Formats: sequence, structure tokens, C-alpha cells
Amino acid sequence: MNKNEVDNIINGFLVEEFEIEEDLVQPDATWDDIGIDSLDFVDIVVIIEKEFGFKLTGEDMVDVRTLGQFHEFIYNRHLSNK
Amino acid sequence: MGVYSTIGKNLDEVRDSLFQGKSGIGFEAIRKEFGYRSGLTGIIDPPNLKGLLDRRSRIGLAEQGKYAYLSTLEALDNANIDQEYLEKIEAGILFGNDSSSVPVIEAIDLVREKKDTSMLGSGSIFQSMNSTISMNLSVIFKLRGINFTVSGACASGSHAIGIGYFLIRHGLQECVITGGGQEINPESMGSFDGLSAFSTLESEPTKASKPFDRDRDGLVPSGGAATVILESYDSAIKRGATILGEVVGYGFSSNGDHISVPNVDGPVKAIEMALKDSGMKVKDIAYINAHATSTPVGDEKEAQAIYKVFRDVRPYVSSTKSMTGHEMWMGGASEVIYSLLMMHNGFIAPNINFENPDEHSAKLNITPKTVEKSFNIFMSNAFGFGGTNSTLIIKEI
Repeated sequence: MNKNEVDNIINGFLVEEFEIEEDLVQPDATWDDIGIDSLDFVDIVVIIEKEFGFKLTGEDMVDVRTLGQFHEFIYNRHLSNK
Repeated sequence: MGVYSTIGKNLDEVRDSLFQGKSGIGFEAIRKEFGYRSGLTGIIDPPNLKGLLDRRSRIGLAEQGKYAYLSTLEALDNANIDQEYLEKIEAGILFGNDSSSVPVIEAIDLVREKKDTSMLGSGSIFQSMNSTISMNLSVIFKLRGINFTVSGACASGSHAIGIGYFLIRHGLQECVITGGGQEINPESMGSFDGLSAFSTLESEPTKASKPFDRDRDGLVPSGGAATVILESYDSAIKRGATILGEVVGYGFSSNGDHISVPNVDGPVKAIEMALKDSGMKVKDIAYINAHATSTPVGDEKEAQAIYKVFRDVRPYVSSTKSMTGHEMWMGGASEVIYSLLMMHNGFIAPNINFENPDEHSAKLNITPKTVEKSFNIFMSNAFGFGGTNSTLIIKEI
């Protein structure tokens, strides 16, 4: 899976599952910008496990503030899990 | 008021079903495969709330919560109450509910498989708790008044209305959203079926629920949700609301006896307390919507209790469970709505499948056919496991 495919999966579930407007799903968008709160993160953990086979923790997310950073983090974890 | 039930998904459909004596009961083979004695159940369309509610609001709602959201939407519309008004008057919620089985079962199955609770997602807890309906609806409708669930077995919905009435009467709340919700799924009712409480007259499902009939052999589980908006008289008058009825009496009691076998004295006490509270005489009650679920012992005891209080006054009696099946946690609220629909449309709904009375039901004026009759006061009974009893009296204004 390349970086683009990872980004598409993440953006896809944010639009489909979380019903976030497609226009808002931009790399520089913060979690606040797209309306994702701490409860939503609980669901994101479940989806990431299903899609990529690894488990996110709270500590993983400490420095992840934008969607672009999240894409990067998930892609790197995906690579290291291979 | 608003309703989502097996005999209609809104007030108009339900009114027509009640008038026509239409049953909402069917047979589900999946129950037999699951190990049930009886495959009979109320049949309801699963609602799809996508487009009506945002994701966060939807994922906390269990099956009965979805029904309750829809019945409450209809009730607010019917009462001509909008969101702005709800927030202005500090409205509360008291909803009857006494189980939420599927989310609990699914969560436990998943944790057993994954050995990891973080895989449950965020909605599970809000669907699983017994207060699932009141906790979700209070957030969705931004309520700031009283907020809890009433769990009183099959009298839950009736007690919710009764307690709401007390709060308003004592000036503690101006408006309370009351009602009852009931899940319909095989997972939630297996233990009830295991008590041999359900009818096994599977060859003709619509004839299986026969409250008060000599040949009744058990209840048919059912569900949905019903919402009754209670409001102080002054508040209703001030905003020019159409007042559908006034709760004038609430009686309650506990049998202090057997956990599942009802008695006569407990219901008598609740009925007499409601009459006393309302200041009504037995002759004032034109119609009794009976609790009668179609179980051999329950219906007999209620028939005896009604006769003991009303003797030869003989108001009309019917159990709408003959059509809906037993709506359990919801029934005490939905049956108030069914009776209000009758009162406002000038008829008494039939106790269908009542063909032959037994010794006790023969003493009551049970109507197997729709009776076109205008009336302005009715009584609604609801009883439950543990010997909990609730009686409401409602009057047209």
C-alpha cells in the first residue's frame, strides 16, 4: 500500500463513516476543524485496527495535530508493521 | 404524543389500525432456530435515521432508542413544540425502559473474541445502559430538566407518565417528555420465552394474542416506542397548545408477593389510589384499557381486580395487546396514546380474538368489536414482574 492509498482510506472513512464534508478533509485541517473529538478517536482506533491491523494509542496521537500529520503517522506505522 | 409501533409508524396509521382491529403480530422462523418455544412476535420496520440525525447522535441509540427518537419527534411536532421552546422552558425527560440486550451481547461477544475492550467503539456504552433512551434523547433535544429512566418492568412506561405528572403537579417541572421504549429482537426475549410465558398458537399469528379469552395460552412479545409530552396546564394555555387530555389520577402499588405470579389486591390498590387521586367515581370511567397480556393467570387476576372495584358499573374494557402483542416497557405509555386516539376519534378499539369468556372475564364488559362511542375519561392499567402496578386516569379537557 503506498502513501496515496493510505491517505485515501483515511479520508474515505472520515467522509463516509464520520460524515465530514469532503471539502474540509484537507492535510492542514486540525481535528477541531473537522469536528473530531475524543469519543470519535475511540472509533478511529477501531477502524485503523480493521484497515491496517495495528492499534493506535493515546500516546501515539500526542504530536499528531493535523490530518496531514495523521496520514504520515499511519503510513509510517503501516510501513514499520510490514 | 407520538408512536412507532407494530400497528403503525405514526399516530394516523395507529388510529386506523386500532379502529380496524388490525394485528401487528407475525411469525419469525429465526426465533425457532434460536431455540424459542414460540416464533410469535410483533413485527416492526427497522428505522433508518441517517439523514435525520448526525452520526454522533445515531451511534448511541440502540434499537428501542431509534424507535423512541421517532416517536418523540412526532410527539413534539404533534404538541407544536420546537427546539427553541424546549430549551427555553427547561424541559425534562422520564422514559420507561428495562433492557438493552443486543448492545450488551454484541460487546461481550466482541471482547471475548478480541480480548481488547478498545475494539468496542464509542457507541456501545451509550446503547448498553438501561437509561439509553433518556440519556440519548436528553442530549439530542438539549433538555435541561429532570433526566432519568424509569425501570418498572412491564409498567415502566405507565410509571414514567405517573411520575412526570407528579413533578408537574407539584410545580417542579413545566414540561416533561415521558414514554416508553421496547426492543424487539430474539436476543432480548429468550429468558422470557424460557418461562413458557409466550403463546405457541403459531398457526395463525394474528389470532394468538387473545387477552381475557378462555383459550388464551400466553403473551406475544412486541415493542416500539411511545412518547407522551406532559406539560403544566398554565404553560399549555399560555402557548396556545392543543391539549389532548389531562392526567388526573395516578395510582401505584407493589404486590409484596410472588415475583412473576400476579395477585388481585395489588392491582386493586393501584386502581383505587388512581380513582382517589382523580376525585372520580367508578361510574365516571367510560373505558378501561386493560393491562391483560393474554397469559392465563395475569388476565384472570386483572379481571377479578377490575370487577372488585367496578362491580356492576361495567365500563367498556379492552386490551389493545390483542392487536399489538405485549409492548412491555413501552406498553404503559403506548396504551395511553391508543386510548387518547380512541377518545379523540370517538371509538373504543376492540379486544380482538375475544371469543369465549372465562368465569372472571364474563363479568366485564369486554368488547371484541370496535364500538363507536364518544367518551371523555379513561383508565389505563399496567402491571409488571415483581408485582409492580400502575394505573393512570386521563380526562379530556
